[in-house]
Amino acid sequence: MALAPKTHKRPLSPHLQIYRPQITSVLSISHRLTGIALYFGLLLLAAWLLTLAAYPPCFAWMQGLLKTLLGQVVLFGWAFCFFYHLLNGVRHLAWDAGAGFALPDVYRTGWAVVGGSVFLTILAYGTAAGWWVNFI
Amino acid sequence: MHDKDEKMQSAYGRIHGLGSAKDGTGHWWAQRVSAVALLGLGTWFVYAVLIFTAMEPVAARDWLAQPLNSILLALFTLTALYHGQLGLQVVIEDYVHTHARKYAALVLVQFVTYGAMAAVVYAIAKISLGV
Ligand code: HEM
Repeated sequence: MALAPKTHKRPLSPHLQIYRPQITSVLSISHRLTGIALYFGLLLLAAWLLTLAAYPPCFAWMQGLLKTLLGQVVLFGWAFCFFYHLLNGVRHLAWDAGAGFALPDVYRTGWAVVGGSVFLTILAYGTAAGWWVNFI
Repeated sequence: MHDKDEKMQSAYGRIHGLGSAKDGTGHWWAQRVSAVALLGLGTWFVYAVLIFTAMEPVAARDWLAQPLNSILLALFTLTALYHGQLGLQVVIEDYVHTHARKYAALVLVQFVTYGAMAAVVYAIAKISLGV
C-alpha cells in the first residue's frame, strides 16, 4: 500500500455506467468474463481428474454433485462459456490478422458468435444428456 | 554523451525494458499460439467429454488410459491452464493497480496454475500407467 500512487477522488473516463450497452462492448467484456469462468472450470476439471485417478469415494461424491441441479447449471454454463470463448476467439484471431474490422462485419460476426455458441451448447449438452436418443 | 565510463551500448540498449510495460510481445504471441492450439485441442476435448459421458465409468477410465487419449487430455489441460494464466495476468494488470496487491495476485495465479498442472499430470499418469 505504501507504494500506491496518490489518487484523487475524481471521476475517471470512460463513464461506463452512462453508456447504453451495445453488441460490440457486451461481446468484448463477455470474452474476458468467459475466459475467467473457463479458468475456474479447469480447476474443477483438475480436481475431478485427481479424484478419478486416486480417490474413488471422492469421485463418486463429485459425480453425485454434478448430477444435482446446481451441478448441471455449472456444466451447462461452462459449456456455453467454452463455445462462446472459442468462437469469439476465432474472431479475435481474425482481427489480429487484420481481417473483419469493418463495422458491418463486426456486427455480423458478433451475432454469428452468439447464435453459434447457443446452438453448439445445446447440441453438446443435449447429446451428453441423451435428449435426442428417441430421434435417431 | 561519449565519456570514458559510458559502456559500449547503443541508445536503444540503455532504455530497453525501462518503459512501464517492461515487455509484452512475447506474452501477446504466447496467448495467440496457445489459442490456436486450443482450437484443435478444445474440439477434441468436446468429443472426449461426449464419449466419456456415453460410457460406463469403468469403460470410460479405460478409454482415457489409451495412449493417444491420455496425451491429448494432458495437452488440452496443460495448454488451457497456460493460456488461462496468461489471460488472467492481463486481467489482473488491467484492474489491480496497487503494487503489492498486483504482484500478490499474479504470484497466486502462477502457484494455482502450477498446482493444477501438477495434479493433472499426476492424475493422467496414474490412470494411464495404472500405478
Ligand atoms: C478452456 C480454455 C480457455 C481458458 C481457460 C481461456 C482463458 C482466457 C482468458 C482468461 C483470457 C483473457 C481475457 C482478457 O484478457 O480479456 C483469454 C483470452 C483469449 N482467448 Fe482464451 N481461454 C480458453 C480457450 C480459448 C480458445 C479455445 C480460444 C480459441 C481461439 C481462445 C482464444 C483467446 C484469445 C484470442 C484471447 C485474447 C483476447 C484479447 O486479445 O483480449 N481461448 N482466454
